[in-house]
Amino acid sequence: MALTVRRSIIAAAFALAVAPAVVAQERSITVASTTSTEQSGLFGHILPIFTRETGIAVRVVALGTGQALDVGRRGDADVVFVHDRAAEQRFVAEGFGVERRHVMYNDLVVAGPAADPAAIAGSRDTADALRRVAAAKAPFVSRGDRSGTHAAELRLWQLAGVDPATGRGAWYREVGQGMGPALNTAAAQNAYILADRGTWLSFRNRQDLGIVVERDARLFNQYGVMLVNPQRHGHVKAAEGQRFIDWLVSAAGQRAIADYRIGGEQLFFPNAAQAEPTS
Amino acid sequence: MNDLSAAFGTAVGMIAAGDAALAAIVLLSLRVSFTALAIAALVGLPLGALLAVARFPGRRAIIVALNALMGLPPVVAGLLVYLALSRSGPLGPLGLLFTPSAMIIAQALLITPILAALARQVLETMWEEYEEQLRSFGTGAARAVPTLLWDGRFALLTVLLAGFGRASAEVGAVMIVGGNIEGFTRVMTTAIALETSKGDLPLALALGMILMAIVVTVNALAQGARDTASRWAG
Amino acid sequence: MRKPDSILPLVAEGLSFAAGGATILEDISLSIEAGGPTVIIGPNGAGKSVLLRLLHGLLAPSAGTVRDAGRREVPGPAQAMVFQRPVLLRRSALANVLYPLRLAGVPRAEREAKAREALALVGLAQMADRPARQLSGGEQQRLALARAAALGPELLFLDEPCASLDPAATRAVEEIVAALAARGTKIVMTTHDLGQARRLAGEIVFLHRGRIIERGEAPAFFASPATSEAKAFLTGELIW
Repeated sequence: MALTVRRSIIAAAFALAVAPAVVAQERSITVASTTSTEQSGLFGHILPIFTRETGIAVRVVALGTGQALDVGRRGDADVVFVHDRAAEQRFVAEGFGVERRHVMYNDLVVAGPAADPAAIAGSRDTADALRRVAAAKAPFVSRGDRSGTHAAELRLWQLAGVDPATGRGAWYREVGQGMGPALNTAAAQNAYILADRGTWLSFRNRQDLGIVVERDARLFNQYGVMLVNPQRHGHVKAAEGQRFIDWLVSAAGQRAIADYRIGGEQLFFPNAAQAEPTS
Repeated sequence: MNDLSAAFGTAVGMIAAGDAALAAIVLLSLRVSFTALAIAALVGLPLGALLAVARFPGRRAIIVALNALMGLPPVVAGLLVYLALSRSGPLGPLGLLFTPSAMIIAQALLITPILAALARQVLETMWEEYEEQLRSFGTGAARAVPTLLWDGRFALLTVLLAGFGRASAEVGAVMIVGGNIEGFTRVMTTAIALETSKGDLPLALALGMILMAIVVTVNALAQGARDTASRWAG
Repeated sequence: MRKPDSILPLVAEGLSFAAGGATILEDISLSIEAGGPTVIIGPNGAGKSVLLRLLHGLLAPSAGTVRDAGRREVPGPAQAMVFQRPVLLRRSALANVLYPLRLAGVPRAEREAKAREALALVGLAQMADRPARQLSGGEQQRLALARAAALGPELLFLDEPCASLDPAATRAVEEIVAALAARGTKIVMTTHDLGQARRLAGEIVFLHRGRIIERGEAPAFFASPATSEAKAFLTGELIW
């Protein structure tokens, strides 16, 4: 009896171990993208539409833009869909991506505590607002994670003529994490923070934070999409990946993006046809 | 306190509603952790038994290494598996990164040292009792290993539960190698991390409660089986 | 009398054993011959258990040798040992007896019959499916005897087999030992129970402070011990 028990345990263990390998092979692509597109719910809205039209399942790995580009470099995704134009152009120039396409832009906001120690609420001049935050040495939480939003934040500091590194260890706090954790930190510390509107709108733990600066042209943030170069990584599902890219920039894809709203607010503005808004 | 009761209400509501997405996440969590546990047990338990029984040069070093590896940070295990499975890594052609298989490998890597180290401790005590008798039978080390594993099965169940607990509670490694892909590699822990980062703390807490309920249930079932069976075997 | 493949006589020459700086046995030479049970007696700490373990091959001597006539590996299926506290596997009584049979390569088809026969010999036929560790102390020791006897060893070592048993259980064990001896199994046992030694022994080895002081046929030894130490021991004086 003991022997049969042991045999069936081994058999069960074996069956469990091989089970993952026999998952049905479906048509799917892996997309390395950003937390802002995933956590805002945009993908949850548009991907089912794409899958319904094409039968291709899209698996999204949501990371910071820098990490997402690294995943593409290593060949671990078929498509990269991020928001840091300079880094994306480098990615294509180095031969990791095939061709960069404009897809949409979203807009960033500066959130801050109701007490507003830097007195910037209502401003439309982000550079000036950041200068005042630095002057007041008011706490500011930075993503610090090479994400697209982090890159945008650093560009804005540059425009403001402030080197935030001087406030490191004091009022300038780099958390090295995604948008959500950074917002949680800012909420807990009553700090200012640069966030994308999508994540902000779906973020539930705002506590004392509210939007203090918005609708500045410099807060627009362009998203691009690229196929990972199949000549560099032979296993890339080029046909399916290209299909996804073509759909994103097509009328149907652009409409799906424009249709996505939270509380009536549009989060992403399709602009595949036009040039990037100047900042 | 308010948050806690809200979370509890959410948790009960989700279970009562039989949320399909939640069920899929729960099932994937169980499948990944149990498969990892099975693989780790096939490697770790015999290794632990061998270390309890055999005396050979390097044995101390292996034991020290295993004890140290029990504290292996999940993120490090995740990174190692990530680099190995990445298309640019040595096992890249298998195409396993960002799949449940990758998560299984990472968890198995994480808990094999735990199972081996704990099994060695448990079985070494048993070996002290058995050694003379088995040597009198002429049982060599190779034969003593399965004997100890079988006779220690009830004590080893506790070891397996420790491994299962660690695997199912782990988030760092599966996040890195699984990618937390909705409907494909999202498990309880990565879902909790995601909801936390979205600031939906009550939902995150509710998911945490459900995870705890699952772990408690698994433990209760295993302990119940153990108690019944060990009362039989003495 | 001697079978060609017999392991007897088992011959120890110049055996010494020291542990942690203390000498436990010194210069023991002893030949275990076929025949009635050899019973090793002596005060506590005389080294009786260590001597059994050296003879069985569980311990390696500091000096000297143990050789059996067949030059078999020691221990091996031709000899078995039962300990003061039986070490039973966490399995059924039957599975405990099957274990050494499987180890010795007894064909699967014959194992169970042999095991049940051994259980019957010790009166545990009805207990075959009971968990071994839930048997009473006496039943556990009888099971250990059945397990040791199942392979039909030529030589059986018993280390204080009744030290923790009540009189009824002791009697049951003694009957089994006598039956095994009558079947031709060479018994070598230690005991601190002089009554038991009288009842079972063919020959007596009297051990004191790590040395063999006296050895002889049991009736002669008990009737007229040759040494003052043995005399004192038999009359119940405290010697050490």
